[in-house]
Amino acid sequence: VMMFGSLRVLLQVLWAQLLCGWVLGSELTFELPDNAKQCFYEDITVGTKCTLEFQVVTGGHYDVDCRLEDPDGTTLYKEMKKQYDSFTFTAAKNGTYKFCFSNEFSTFTHKTVYFDFQVGDDPPLFPNENRVTALTQMESACVSIHEALKSVIDYQTHFRLREAQGRSRAEDLNTRVAFWSIGEALILLVVSISQVVLLRSFFSDKKTTMTRVGS
Amino acid sequence: SPFLLPQTLVTSAGPFLLLSWISSISALYFHIGETEKKCFIEEIPDETMVIGKYRTQLWDKQSGSFLPATPGLGMHVEIKDPDTKIILSRQYGSDGRFTFTSHTPGEHQICLHSNSTKMALFAGGKLRVHLDIQVGEHTNNYPEIAAKDKLTELQLRVRQLLDQVEQIQKEQNYQRYREERFRMTSESTNQRVLWWSITQTLILIITGIWQMKHLKSFFEAKKLV
Repeated sequence: VMMFGSLRVLLQVLWAQLLCGWVLGSELTFELPDNAKQCFYEDITVGTKCTLEFQVVTGGHYDVDCRLEDPDGTTLYKEMKKQYDSFTFTAAKNGTYKFCFSNEFSTFTHKTVYFDFQVGDDPPLFPNENRVTALTQMESACVSIHEALKSVIDYQTHFRLREAQGRSRAEDLNTRVAFWSIGEALILLVVSISQVVLLRSFFSDKKTTMTRVGS
Repeated sequence: SPFLLPQTLVTSAGPFLLLSWISSISALYFHIGETEKKCFIEEIPDETMVIGKYRTQLWDKQSGSFLPATPGLGMHVEIKDPDTKIILSRQYGSDGRFTFTSHTPGEHQICLHSNSTKMALFAGGKLRVHLDIQVGEHTNNYPEIAAKDKLTELQLRVRQLLDQVEQIQKEQNYQRYREERFRMTSESTNQRVLWWSITQTLILIITGIWQMKHLKSFFEAKKLV
């Protein structure tokens, strides 16, 4: 009987836990072709604090249009040609929120976009425990270390993306220098030889006219 | 009383289990066309585990909504490592879970495209794909670890911190490897520019000398000089 009772309590707590809002954090990097628009949707309950962060990793001038709409279609956030931004909002309505990245202004450059959409808080470590007492000092120290480490990981991610940007530019430059040097050497040779040939042809013509005039 | 238990079990566990299954992979979603291939990039250090879960829904014109879990609708998942070698290429059902561990650090590409056996279902419809990709320490299921190793709350918290720090260390290592590559690329560019400028100058001088010599001999032959 005791077991059934505690099982019921467990299930009720889990059910209550579910209603409070689960973790929904998505971090994705995707490729956005030229003249394309990519939209993502998420169902959010009212009162949840959400953060949308995005960064363009590679492509063109490293900019993209971003737009965030609430379930009624009202634009909550709209920025054109932005390289990196972070937007925090609290959901005022229940429903499907939509955010879109657009590369429609670009004619031929593909862009790689990274975004991180955090909804609500992290799930507690112990979902099957009904917390009645306050956290001990050790536990609250652990919690603050956990939060600090989360921000370290976040900074690391952004640093990695910036480094990827720099590295892709450097590799582009490297290949371009190689092609340019070979190309320019060829152009130089072709131009100098054709200059001489052209000059020779001028003098050949003049010679024939001069002899005709002479005779 | 024992007779009431099955009822309470069904009423409390049933919806919970359904919702938990749905919400556990009901994260972000997007729409995908029939033969469209959607790729996601994960830049990760080596020995990092990645778990991906997806769920598909199909637009039903009759009911005017998205139907859950249509049978016969599959998704093909293809994962490539940084050397563009395919490490996973499998067909999953309408709901799937794929996992892999990276052996080389770098950009891994996860591609999804639908491989419907009943293409007629697609007519005028789009496929809704719920996707959730977890990397590194986010793949750890802490309640499960606590139950398996019988850890107290404090021990579990410390374990979580240890996992986080390990992930930070791996990322730092990977950062060092990337910086080395970047430095090599920059030095190669530097060398190339140096050689190019020397070669170009030499070519210029040589062609200039050749031009003058050639023209001089040409004009002498023509008796103009």
